[in-house]
Amino acid sequence: MKKIIVALVFMALPGLTVASGGEGFPLEKAPIDLHNKASLQKGAKLFVNYCMGCHSLEHQRYNRMARDIGLTDEQVKANLIFTGAKIGDTMKNAMPKAEAKQWFGVVPPDLTLIARSRGVDYLYTYLLTFYQDATRPFGVNNAAFPNAGMPHVLWQLQGMQKPVYAVHKDAAGHETKVLKEFELVQPGSMSPPEFKQAMVDLVNFLAYVGEPIQLERQRIGIWVLLFLGLLCVVFYLLKKEYWKDVH
Amino acid sequence: MANTQGTTGLLGWIDERFPLTKMMREHLTEYYAPKNFNFWYFFGSLALLVLVNQILTGIWLTMSYKPSAADAFASVEYIMRDVDWGWLIRYMHSTGASAFFIMVYLHMYRALIYGSYKKPRELIWIFGVLIFLCLMAEAFMGYLLPWGQMSYWGAQVIINLFSAIPGIGPDLSVWIRGDYVISDATLNRFFALHVIALPLVLLGLVVAHIMALHEVGSNNPDGVEIKKLKDEKGRPLDGIPFHPYYTVKDLVGVAVFLVFFAAVIFFMPEMGGYFLEHPNFDPADSLKTPPHIAPVWYFTPFYAMLRAVPSFAGTQVWGVLVMFAAIIVLFFLPWLDRSPVKSIRYRGLSFKLALVAFVVSFLILGYLGALPTTPARTSVAQICTILYFAFFAVLPILPAFEKTRPVPERVTEK
Repeated sequence: MKKIIVALVFMALPGLTVASGGEGFPLEKAPIDLHNKASLQKGAKLFVNYCMGCHSLEHQRYNRMARDIGLTDEQVKANLIFTGAKIGDTMKNAMPKAEAKQWFGVVPPDLTLIARSRGVDYLYTYLLTFYQDATRPFGVNNAAFPNAGMPHVLWQLQGMQKPVYAVHKDAAGHETKVLKEFELVQPGSMSPPEFKQAMVDLVNFLAYVGEPIQLERQRIGIWVLLFLGLLCVVFYLLKKEYWKDVH
Repeated sequence: MANTQGTTGLLGWIDERFPLTKMMREHLTEYYAPKNFNFWYFFGSLALLVLVNQILTGIWLTMSYKPSAADAFASVEYIMRDVDWGWLIRYMHSTGASAFFIMVYLHMYRALIYGSYKKPRELIWIFGVLIFLCLMAEAFMGYLLPWGQMSYWGAQVIINLFSAIPGIGPDLSVWIRGDYVISDATLNRFFALHVIALPLVLLGLVVAHIMALHEVGSNNPDGVEIKKLKDEKGRPLDGIPFHPYYTVKDLVGVAVFLVFFAAVIFFMPEMGGYFLEHPNFDPADSLKTPPHIAPVWYFTPFYAMLRAVPSFAGTQVWGVLVMFAAIIVLFFLPWLDRSPVKSIRYRGLSFKLALVAFVVSFLILGYLGALPTTPARTSVAQICTILYFAFFAVLPILPAFEKTRPVPERVTEK
């Protein structure tokens, strides 16, 4: 009886979940791999070269990054610190906040936790879907974040793409344009597959920065679970022994 | 020198001055609990375990946390990155908050199915509901402390509820916040209440809850009073000493619980955005309202009720009243349920159906409370809110047509 009622209720639930409307551009799955140190290093290089002028990582220390992604402090000092920061400092930049707000309309957000708040798929899609739009201040728009305030800082790598729309006609004959895909109109220094891989590296790096401990956490977790599993067995046998005389 | 407990040596010396052995006997070695406790009886001791976890990890978090609007968010990240094992302590605390509510909800469900709130255990139940209320306040205030977007806007929504009260409302909400918006002042007072005031109240209530329990003795899955039948030494025939029998049994529960607890902490601390909401990784911004503000999962059933009630006579206070009534009505449960039969095992189909409707409507409300509203969802939430209260409304009249089965003299083993 109970089961039938519960089953009926859950059959009705999908009707409630689909009504959420306002679906944006579909997100592309980011094939990241935090174990891939080469990818993390490439991502770090892209970040300090292309992003860090505007975006800080104010909770991430340079030396922690060095240790976690397999670089020495000297390598980081020589190749990744452009701000005169010390190796133990956090990754801040020199952009004045008040002026940044004038330039871009908003202060470019700190990106330490961006992978945790938005998710890696969103970041990946965002980075891949800048497109020409003459109506925007910087001449570009974004599919994942419509009317984003950010210029397409990676255009030299990606080149420039223009939007391709699909036209949907509803029953009343009204036409709506939906962004479908992009067409490269000006090639960049990277081929499209190279650029995609570069963005995987960048998102991979941001995923690491979001929670530097995550691989270590999972490694320790396995041992904790093995120990607790053993504890379950010991406690169960203890209980059984004590309860022998309860009838 | 002998004492009333018959102990000698150091223990004897202590027992002459402090009731150590006496308390051990009264509450552990000579506290007789029914021998037929089942799965549902693990959650009381587990809730206690989580409480201890929250207090200990909370103490260590306060050592590095900074309760100010300027530093709070960064200090949490400092704990996550720079404090040795800080990430573990923080995840134990954040996962512990959700675990506490899971344990408490299951513990309360146990009371519902076995009638544990009925005479003579009304006060145990009332203390329990007070614990639940206190826990909700504790969780709500704790959630502001990381100073993320959901911390900020969640608190904003809930405190604004008080401004819906006619007359005093606006002043009351300013008084609670200590400011016209959620600010540094709010964060500071919530910190004080979260780390000192409410934990003290919570501990006091837990002691009262357990003292009341040990005064009357535990109920059991059969709803039989084991104190009615005693052997020649005055021990209940169906009772066994809490220690060692239930201490070793609860240890099994503890170990199994810890497997699940550790699995979340080490492998899915965000629990898909339900234990740690994704927008809360953005620092609080008083100028940027998130598109969708959802409370943490344990508040969603009540939040769904709040949103389900339409405004009426020019005020939205009705939703607030319904939400609080949903908790307050729990206090009256011992007197609303008039059936002499405690356990669901011997109650009739009508009670079982009412309980299923109640539980299912509560679950659906919890599901809906986490989603943005649509007209269809609001209608469903309204029906579920009515079903929630209907449970309490039909309880007093159920005995008139409920066919209960005879309750046995002794407990049964199933």
